[in-house]
Amino acid sequence: MKYMSEYRDPVLAKQYLEEIKNTVTQPWSIMEVCGGQTHSLVKNGIIEMLPEAVTMIHGPGCPVCVTPLNLIDKAIYLASKKGVILCSFGDMLRVPGSKKSLLEAKAEGADVRVLYSPLEAVKIAEENPDREVVFFAVGFETTAPANALSVVHAHSRGVKNYSILASHVLVPPAIKAVIDDEESKIDGFLAAGHVCTIMGNAEYHPISEKFDVPIVVTGFEPLDVLQGILMVIRQLEQKKAKVENQYSRIVREEGNPDAQKVINQVFEVKNQIWRGIGEIPDSGYAVRAEFADYDATRKYDVTIEEAPEHPDCISGQIMKGIKKPFECSQFGKTCKPTNPLGAPMVSSEGACAAYYHFSGLVEV
Amino acid sequence: MAKISFGGITKEASLDMLPDADIGDYVLVHVGVAISKVNEEEAQKTFKYLEEIGELGDLEDVDEYLPKSEERA
Repeated sequence: MKYMSEYRDPVLAKQYLEEIKNTVTQPWSIMEVCGGQTHSLVKNGIIEMLPEAVTMIHGPGCPVCVTPLNLIDKAIYLASKKGVILCSFGDMLRVPGSKKSLLEAKAEGADVRVLYSPLEAVKIAEENPDREVVFFAVGFETTAPANALSVVHAHSRGVKNYSILASHVLVPPAIKAVIDDEESKIDGFLAAGHVCTIMGNAEYHPISEKFDVPIVVTGFEPLDVLQGILMVIRQLEQKKAKVENQYSRIVREEGNPDAQKVINQVFEVKNQIWRGIGEIPDSGYAVRAEFADYDATRKYDVTIEEAPEHPDCISGQIMKGIKKPFECSQFGKTCKPTNPLGAPMVSSEGACAAYYHFSGLVEV
Repeated sequence: MAKISFGGITKEASLDMLPDADIGDYVLVHVGVAISKVNEEEAQKTFKYLEEIGELGDLEDVDEYLPKSEERA
């Protein structure tokens, strides 16, 4: 496909790797924030081809992985309620709740539907006026406009039987939290290109300045990731720390103002719990009071007791970049994509799933 | 809603976030919503970057070469 396959050119990839080798003079740790980039790095074997001095640390940028356990339990509870159609992105279905997953709830008879877009959920609500449709609105800034737009559509069309169970996480506060964590030592960041497509780069300049770290907004194809790594390393070697945009074919400095407008119309910033990490100030979105009728947590009584995580799962340390998936004693043994102990083994953007499928460490 | 061809497979996507998108544009679609138009000029940069930093490197190294400029000419 145009603007994709060209960025997988092996000859140019080799030249990028060569240039990275020639540029590095000392060890550097670089965090790729987004799980999509983790997958590109592992799937394409880039991690093994990078010089030893370059360590890639996998960040928390997997929305499915950081969705709080309690919220998954809430989604399962709502799905099991009579008359409810629970719609979700496919990734969420296998994620373990405290007792079961949405997929298991579906097997027990709950009406759980996998959708490609939240806009389809509004259509389902219109077609099923006697049912209640709840969309499990999980995602980073990239997905927030679509989820917000579904609420705006429902509101403007007078659809009353639609609501969202929102679990939105925001990248810049998470980067700050990662830098502040004493255990993590990160020299530079690849920021998530698609998040910046929406929000632009403005929030990253003060972070780069304050913490003296290079941040390169980066795409997802192999050449994108390689160029992003090279740009970070060039800055580090030249003792510079600024925001650069590798993904300029998609990301504008100001982001997408129309998308930001819809987000701000429906959501307001709040503190958010990240599964495995804890609460990060101002790192999530809540539905504004004006749209309370479309907020599933207000519409239904969904108080569910907090449950503990699986004791053997180290997903918090994985997502903060402190440990690699293969350093977990359960990896590939009791914990597999078909029987995950934690969310990073499930999601297409989860670090554990990436290593399970593509690293060659597990015989699949 | 607009019809978008994904390498031959046609799907519908919302243009609410990209009101100035036109027929023939390449767009990035996420969960059914077009969120960015590909900038064709910027798209070439990844292919030229190594060349560019190579030339930049030559400029940075120019002092080293100055005494030898006659040889280079």
